[in-house]
Amino acid sequence: MSTNTTTAAAGTREWRSRFPTVNYLNADYGIWSWLLTKDHKRIAILYLISVTFFFAIGGAYAAAIRMELLTPLGDLMQSHTYNKVFTHHGIMMVFFFLIPSIPATLGNFLVPLMIGAKDLAFPKINLLSWYVYMVGGVLTFAALLFGGVDTGWTFYVPYSTNFSNTYVTLAGLGIFINGFSSILTGLNFIVTVHTMRAPGMTWFRLPLFIWSHYATSLVMILGTPVVAITILLLALERVAHVGIFDPALGGDPVLFQHMFWFYSHPAVYIMVLPGMGVISELVATHTRKPVFGYSFVAFSSLAIAVFGFLVWGHHLFVSSQSVYAGLIFSLISFVVAIPSAVKVFNWTATMYKGSISYDTPMLYVFAFIGLFTIGGMTGLFLAALGFDIHVHDTYFVVAHFHYVMVGGQVMAYLGALHNWWPKMTGRMYPEGWARFAALVIFVGFNLTFFPQFLLGYMGMPRRYHAYPVGEPVWQVLHVMSTGGASLLGIGLLIPAIYFIWSMRYGRFAPANPWPGTGLEWRTPSPPPTENFAVTPVVTWEAYEYRPIEEMQVIGPGAPDQPVGGQHPANRGADTEER
Amino acid sequence: MATHAEAVEHDHHGPEAAHEALAHHFDNLEQQREAGALGMWVFIAQEVMFFGGLFLAYLIYRMQYPQAFMAASNHLDWKIGTFNTAVLIASSLTMALAVWATQVGKSPKVQVAFMAATVLLGLVFLGVKAFEYYDKYVDGLIPIAGWFNPHDPVPAGVTLGQYQMFFWLYFAMTGLHALHMIIGVGIIAPIMWMAWRGRFSPEYHGPVENFGLYWHFVDIIWIFLFPLLYLLGAHYHGGH
Repeated sequence: MSTNTTTAAAGTREWRSRFPTVNYLNADYGIWSWLLTKDHKRIAILYLISVTFFFAIGGAYAAAIRMELLTPLGDLMQSHTYNKVFTHHGIMMVFFFLIPSIPATLGNFLVPLMIGAKDLAFPKINLLSWYVYMVGGVLTFAALLFGGVDTGWTFYVPYSTNFSNTYVTLAGLGIFINGFSSILTGLNFIVTVHTMRAPGMTWFRLPLFIWSHYATSLVMILGTPVVAITILLLALERVAHVGIFDPALGGDPVLFQHMFWFYSHPAVYIMVLPGMGVISELVATHTRKPVFGYSFVAFSSLAIAVFGFLVWGHHLFVSSQSVYAGLIFSLISFVVAIPSAVKVFNWTATMYKGSISYDTPMLYVFAFIGLFTIGGMTGLFLAALGFDIHVHDTYFVVAHFHYVMVGGQVMAYLGALHNWWPKMTGRMYPEGWARFAALVIFVGFNLTFFPQFLLGYMGMPRRYHAYPVGEPVWQVLHVMSTGGASLLGIGLLIPAIYFIWSMRYGRFAPANPWPGTGLEWRTPSPPPTENFAVTPVVTWEAYEYRPIEEMQVIGPGAPDQPVGGQHPANRGADTEER
Repeated sequence: MATHAEAVEHDHHGPEAAHEALAHHFDNLEQQREAGALGMWVFIAQEVMFFGGLFLAYLIYRMQYPQAFMAASNHLDWKIGTFNTAVLIASSLTMALAVWATQVGKSPKVQVAFMAATVLLGLVFLGVKAFEYYDKYVDGLIPIAGWFNPHDPVPAGVTLGQYQMFFWLYFAMTGLHALHMIIGVGIIAPIMWMAWRGRFSPEYHGPVENFGLYWHFVDIIWIFLFPLLYLLGAHYHGGH
């Protein structure tokens, strides 16, 4: 046992010194040891806090939307206010929550651990990416506070360039800066995976989480600069009226849509691919089985990344794009669903004859697989030209993307947080509350968004703050949706509370609570700053479950934390039953 | 098979072991060098996509308004453009020589001299560009609404908007390029300082090599910009 020798008052340090080991959390103290850290694990925690903050802001705007739509008349706010509310919801959620959520928190934390490295390839660039993210976030949030943006998160011209009297340029600047955070993160991951794998960690022994993050990073690197230049051109047009998007000056407004969606479609794969990587890990760990069809799942991540760049035109089906282009984009959109389906089938096959545990992470796996399937299928409906004509810009689209982004990505994010919380904090969360929250979230989510499929199909347009009084069914559905949103909000608060509670009162976690097979489980919870006491040498395949004795913590001498057994700090204490 | 408690120790017998430039998270200089180089290539890939948006806009509008683009391009002086191209290619040469100097272990003075030559040539390029921009201003060709007032008459069949389209593309593309050069000059300064202090050797010269990659990339962007912007109107005889 190490003693933390500090000169500060023992009382304030007491909770830290309960950890029997020196780990990345207590290795150094003080705000500057966090704000100037080069440790990828600390940077991941910084991101975790900021991402949660922006999620809360986006959620607040969502609450406002749902409150307005309780009644048919636009009586809670004026239409220009409502325009700002849904714009802010979209901007915050897409750019400042969904895109960084898994890669910047769990990716940053786990990528070096999973490959057996001491850190990412460029630790200082990693820290820079967080600062860039914060600058972008603060600037954008400032734009929202000064008076907001009302163009929709898609910033379509000519409204955003010629007519909108809101803080488009400032918000655009914030998003532009935030893009560099994405690019730096992606760059770091690619170089790390190529050059810093531990001895014996070949490409096809990598966890599928790494494959997905690698594919995500490819999309980040190649796609984000395009939205960056698009935003620059938008600002140029708005400020100087150079004419790029203005027909009166020879420009083309649809060019903006092409350039915007050339990034923003791959962006949705940036959002969902990491979640898929998480699900692969969770399904293997909680069914104690290797993922079925490892290479298919690995290659499907790459396929999604590649094909994702070829389908942007499905956002322009009704924007005067030629029918022939529409046909091709529609076809390729159907094709891009195939690798996603491969993953869903393989996860399901993994569960077959596995030893399924119904821990909270597994509950989120079930939620993901079901809800992502619904979201993905409705995406296929939208990819069909004829159908899209009718439901474009209706709540059908809104329901579709919320099913994949919330029913998919957010479920995966929550599952990941639960699965790796013991590793990140050295504490267990309370399983009973966690399962309850998962149920509330699942019910709340479906109650919120399933009625929206029906509403959209019946013609309710998106981005409208009012709807016909003479359609009573619509109001019923909207009330269900708002009720569901309230439930979802409550459900999301519960983990927020117990995660924080667990930092002080949670049971100490062993190195490998589940157990999982990845390298991250072979080092203490929480890990020491240098990740591994000795560099691991990998001689086994991915997800190869081995006898317990062979899965000990990697280190010199005898392991100090038996797998699945009692954590030394818990011995003698009253511990709750799992 | 259990994992070996195998430590990947630094080789205490070779010069890399105690190399001051080896970062704590890398096992050896070779890994560090590889990571740095790959990082720069990945960065360059995203820069290509960044400039790519502008090249796309150029492509689309040139195909739509060929007459306007040719006439507008005529306003750019291809002789100045050629001179600038030669200057940039020369600066790439001096940069390559700077990289070579660190690779073979030339003295710091030689290393810094080549880098200084690169900076000098870069500044010459930027100075000429500034002069060209000023020239456009004098001719009323700044493509901002309200300022765009060409002194020479716009040819028949070409609208003012189409004419302006070329000029904002010209300023945006060369401006973004110039910004990357300015950033490059800013980055090479600390590298020159490191070279002056003798930090680079045949074993360690990653920053110089990777900066060289960046500089060559900026040069290549110009090599595409030059014919697209300057040589378009070389044979256009109407109106100017």
